[in-house]
Amino acid sequence: MNNLNVAKIQLNGTLFEIKKGSNLNELLNQLKIQKNKVAIEVNGVIIEKNKYLKKILHKNDKVEIVHFIGGG
Amino acid sequence: MEEFFTIAKKNFKSRLIVGTGKYKDFDQTSKAVKASGADIVTVAVRRVNILNKDQPLLMDYIDPKSITYLPNTAGCFTSEEALRTLRLAREMGGWRLVKLEVLGDKKTLYPNMIETLKSTKILVKEGFQVMVYCTDDPILAKQLEDLGACAIMPLAAPIGSGLGIQNKTNITLIKEQSSVPVIVDAGVGTASDATIAMELGCDGVLINTAIAEAKNPILMAEAMKFAVISGRKAFKAERMKKRTYGRSSSPEENLI
Repeated sequence: MNNLNVAKIQLNGTLFEIKKGSNLNELLNQLKIQKNKVAIEVNGVIIEKNKYLKKILHKNDKVEIVHFIGGG
Repeated sequence: MEEFFTIAKKNFKSRLIVGTGKYKDFDQTSKAVKASGADIVTVAVRRVNILNKDQPLLMDYIDPKSITYLPNTAGCFTSEEALRTLRLAREMGGWRLVKLEVLGDKKTLYPNMIETLKSTKILVKEGFQVMVYCTDDPILAKQLEDLGACAIMPLAAPIGSGLGIQNKTNITLIKEQSSVPVIVDAGVGTASDATIAMELGCDGVLINTAIAEAKNPILMAEAMKFAVISGRKAFKAERMKKRTYGRSSSPEENLI
């Protein structure tokens, strides 16, 4: 990707490159993650699933994608 | 007549809730859960591993449509962390029934009851049905119930210790005063411990380590299933009185 078209975000604590102007659906597609299996927080705010399309990511955004794992 | 285990107006068949942590792999987790007969499993909320996206997912092995997922807040030491975790869990798929666990000490894993009470109040207000891991203090247990907790889950010994039911008196006191289910959460080490908890009158038992760390977890899961059923039946049957001296079981008259 051309650097001009790339934005760097903090994804689960790691630097991650996305296409500029990507929304959350596009991020999940890029990661090959199904949206019904995760929850997403952007800059500390939980984003509802029906708002993934509208939620455009910007440079330095802090994104957390979580799922269920084994636990007691 | 079939007896149900009712939590937050929802009926379950099994009184055994099992954790899904510490297993060798998801295949073993799923087999152990099946062998336990549990209707509810606890699960943790963690970051997706974005570097290894091909990792298997718990949901692919244990179907949340056929078993109730109970999201927990394990690893949270403050109310803020716990609330954040459970709000994310709810967003994931609408889970309102949750297990709150706010820890106070890394070594003993004892709950921080001040943060726990604070979190319970907020979660209930936000519409969560909160099952609360707590100390065995009857006063605090009562306060949790008054705040709207849908189940009181006192420890019987530290999490993962396998020491068994160390606090029979307190567990009994909590059970006697509670009008919501009381579930022993933490401390069970083997089948007889689960039976003892149920014989005390508890409504259920939550077990993870005792199954996952057994040499044969699947067999232990099955043992726990029967231990809980056994203890419940014994409790309902109301045990005999204890005597100091022996009393013969065969008639003492007409001896030859």
